[in-house]
Amino acid sequence: MGIIVKVDLCTGCESCVNECPFGAIEIKDDVAVIGDKCNLCGACVEACPVYAIEMTEEQAGAPAADLSAYQGLWIFAEQRVGKVAPVAYELLGEGRRLADALGTELSAVLMGAGLDAEAKALIEGGADRVYLVDDASLNEFHEDTYASVLSDLIEEYKPEIVLAGATSIGRAYIPMVATKVRTGLTADCTMLGVDLEKRMLLQTRPAFGGNIMATIVCPGHRPQMATIRPGVLKRAAADPARKGEVVKSVPRARLVSKSKLLEVIEEAGHSINISEAEVIVAGGRGMGGEKGFALLKDLADALGGVVGATRAAVDSGWMPYPHQIGQTGRTVSPKLYIACGISGAIQHLAGMQSSDVIVAINKDPNATIFNVADYGIVGDVFEVVPALIKKLRESRG
Amino acid sequence: MNIAVCVKQVPDASDVKIDKATGTMVRDGVPSILNPFDAYAVEEAIALKEKHGGNVTALTMGPPQAAEVLRHVVAMGVDDVMLLSDRAFAGADTWATSYTLGLGLKRLDNLDLVICGKQAIDGDTAQVGPGVAVNLGLPFVAYVRKVIEVGGGKMKVERLIEDGYEVVEVELPAVITVVKEINSPRMPSLKGKMKAKKLEVAPLSAADLGAILENIGLPGSPTKVVKVFSPPPKGKRETLVGTPDEQVSALVDRLAGIKVI
Amino acid sequence: MDYFLTDEQQEIRALARQIAEEKVKPVRAELDEKEEFPWEIMKTLAQADLFGLYIPEEYGGFGGGSFDNCLAIEELSKACIGVSVSFAASGLGAYPILLYGNDEQKKKYLPRIASGQSLAAFGLTEANAGSDAGGTATTAVLDGNEYILNGTKQWITNGGEAEIYSVIAMTNPSRGGRGASAFVVEKGTPGFSFGKKEKKMGIRSSATTELVFENCRIPKENLLGREGVGFMVAMRTLDKSRPGIGAQAVGLAAGALEESVNYARERRQFGSPIISFQAVQHMLADMATQTEAARALVYAVARYLDSDPKEISKASAMSKLFSSDVAMKVTVDAVQILGGYGYMREYPVEKMMRDAKILQIYEGTNQIQRNVIGAALIKEAAGKKA
Repeated sequence: MGIIVKVDLCTGCESCVNECPFGAIEIKDDVAVIGDKCNLCGACVEACPVYAIEMTEEQAGAPAADLSAYQGLWIFAEQRVGKVAPVAYELLGEGRRLADALGTELSAVLMGAGLDAEAKALIEGGADRVYLVDDASLNEFHEDTYASVLSDLIEEYKPEIVLAGATSIGRAYIPMVATKVRTGLTADCTMLGVDLEKRMLLQTRPAFGGNIMATIVCPGHRPQMATIRPGVLKRAAADPARKGEVVKSVPRARLVSKSKLLEVIEEAGHSINISEAEVIVAGGRGMGGEKGFALLKDLADALGGVVGATRAAVDSGWMPYPHQIGQTGRTVSPKLYIACGISGAIQHLAGMQSSDVIVAINKDPNATIFNVADYGIVGDVFEVVPALIKKLRESRG
Repeated sequence: MNIAVCVKQVPDASDVKIDKATGTMVRDGVPSILNPFDAYAVEEAIALKEKHGGNVTALTMGPPQAAEVLRHVVAMGVDDVMLLSDRAFAGADTWATSYTLGLGLKRLDNLDLVICGKQAIDGDTAQVGPGVAVNLGLPFVAYVRKVIEVGGGKMKVERLIEDGYEVVEVELPAVITVVKEINSPRMPSLKGKMKAKKLEVAPLSAADLGAILENIGLPGSPTKVVKVFSPPPKGKRETLVGTPDEQVSALVDRLAGIKVI
Repeated sequence: MDYFLTDEQQEIRALARQIAEEKVKPVRAELDEKEEFPWEIMKTLAQADLFGLYIPEEYGGFGGGSFDNCLAIEELSKACIGVSVSFAASGLGAYPILLYGNDEQKKKYLPRIASGQSLAAFGLTEANAGSDAGGTATTAVLDGNEYILNGTKQWITNGGEAEIYSVIAMTNPSRGGRGASAFVVEKGTPGFSFGKKEKKMGIRSSATTELVFENCRIPKENLLGREGVGFMVAMRTLDKSRPGIGAQAVGLAAGALEESVNYARERRQFGSPIISFQAVQHMLADMATQTEAARALVYAVARYLDSDPKEISKASAMSKLFSSDVAMKVTVDAVQILGGYGYMREYPVEKMMRDAKILQIYEGTNQIQRNVIGAALIKEAAGKKA
């Protein structure tokens, strides 16, 4: 289904085997056979030199309903303790661009009581409308209540697109919403675009630890939903003169969560949110120990940034887990990422390669980290980093 | 305490190498392993069972060879397994996967808790755990880093957030996803390994589960991959040479030049 | 080489290897440096069901034999014999109960040892009773329903960490060798305490202490077998456990060989990897051959023991003697191949060489092993004549 190999044309040349990102093709009896791992990405169609592979146009899954009934682009404006997260403004910046291209309105969804000023700020940040669900029980995040409130709003207003930050809140409950409203959701996107003709949101995200990029669409269901990695989209400048509408509502029914928030504990050492830091100085095995990380802290302080670490450094006990960057830790995309004594295992690269500017300092000139770096310094971190700290302090006076 | 764990077989990322010439992944001979995050889920389930009694069932959806991960978790101490395998499940995105796992989980009686790993390392979506919760109509807590206590039909946990953690109490039955910090997964045991060796896994098909065909596999998946490409070469790859002082001067000049500092 | 292991034995080996690689190797240098008992690893081995390999299923074990146990010990020893001795010594403490205990005693102690819930230890050696067990001065005097123990055992592996101790004491000193008996003493019994942890050349993560008995009263039921068979218990226990020392030696030698080959392939001098030089190749070839010969002997002896033969002292002594001499030589050569690096603590062969020496000393020095073998030869020759 969906993809066929024309047996008479196939020469068994293996071009498709090498190209398939999912390892789904094998050559059996000199003919390509596409197996269960196939995700219908079409890479093999393009790779085939003899045009033996074709995608069949058969559209999978019946469209959920009349797609044109869904209009408007929404962003979810997440807040903690009454403060909207920076990622919401990044979503507004990109949302504005997409909404204008699609000729539709941009709305923000905000949940919680006492958020009028934040609603106004969202309008200044680019929203035409803010759906403010004004209920004190939403001041705290609970997966179940948030999911039911947003699903109800979607069912009522039928937006065409819903975007949210790929934060701990967004990634926890947005999938519940997509499941409830029976639509597609793409996780942790780093790039968005639109196909204007089909009004399709092109959602691009890294897969396989960032080794490949996949563009994903949701052709037959609405809304089209995606969570977006914080830090990758550009926020628009606030315009205090912007006008917009605040639509206040209350939840359909009294909200009772099956979970109860007992305590919130900010942990020492990461009172600064590493996912949203603009400058990260990260260290790996090459830092040798806690002393090495003390040096990185000095550099981070000189740059107004925070310290990150690889899995190896965390596993060695040099830094606590919340500082871990990579596939099994946090995903970050700061403006500046300085990798010190980091070899560049793909699991680490997956967590940091969408950073704007990457600097690598490593004594091994063949370290993989240099492949993703903008500026590479081959040298001993214990010479280079102190020199850099000194230089930065001098230039600040 | 009856606990179910959802697990997935994934390619071993630590064995994935990058072809320096083409910039693509080398997948030849990459072995399949238990998704590392699921190992934390399995460990937590077994540890909770050891403390509170009960039973642990592991489920997976995948091709017949996914039975291998079920053997792996039985060797660790899981009691029962369920393999959801049918060609009709192929091509499932997270929506269809959550639906299918949900059907499997509904066959288990008196379930108190479902534990999933935070995400699978091949897809990195983190969407199946919450999706399963909705399919089961159960409360959900994401990113659990510690189970503090269980009792009185409730469970108290610590959940990771960006700048610390929250202490959350949730009513059982519930679904949780767990992060690496929660435990360190145990080694298999010899008795477990011998049990796993003899384990016969009878796959459940779409018909066995009573699945609605429009909700499973490719037809049940709202999202489609339309393009896969290698990421554009990242980085200017400019090497700064000289003494450490010269190197850092060059770096500071460049960073200041592009207004990063 | 393929030693035609059963499915179960392959699983045992694979599991022990995984634990050695993932849990022991990363911490062995630190454990050595800090002289820290490897409790975490003991827990992992317990969870993995490896403590009960040689214990019958009815007592909570795996129902295997010496060979199964040797496979596990060898794999752990490839990473660290300081760790593997703590594992193996629990078996040494269990054998007296397994060989001479009654059903009640077996039911009481073996399941705890098999599950790894408790470690065991064996108390034979004393200050003046090393190779010559006849010098044993610890006494056990029957008083009503209790034995009263007095005396001090020395250099006891797992001392202080184990909960179950098999101890040899004199019940009738006037009868000399025939006046000794074996007892089980549990940690926590009043009058039973431990001396300080000894500072050792090698196997520094293992615990070695004195066992001190001061009017320590134990129930009469803790006597193993009957009075007077104490030295028999000790000798048969050591006969059973010596292939385990052999397996430690094989593992240690194999570990050192692997480090040497890896290093020789990477280290370049005169423009080539040093493994391309015959001088190095020949050393490695000898190390590999000796290690394999030791393995073949240990496996053969362990399998022979598992067939429950009548006379095992000679074969058992040979397996310990030969392989421990091999381990000493191979680890010395490993340090030589690594040269200056080999002498540094940053590389593991330095520790391996320090560790190896104990294998020629404990559970009967290699001189005593030769005596045992020699005595057996005389006996055999005498038997033929008759």
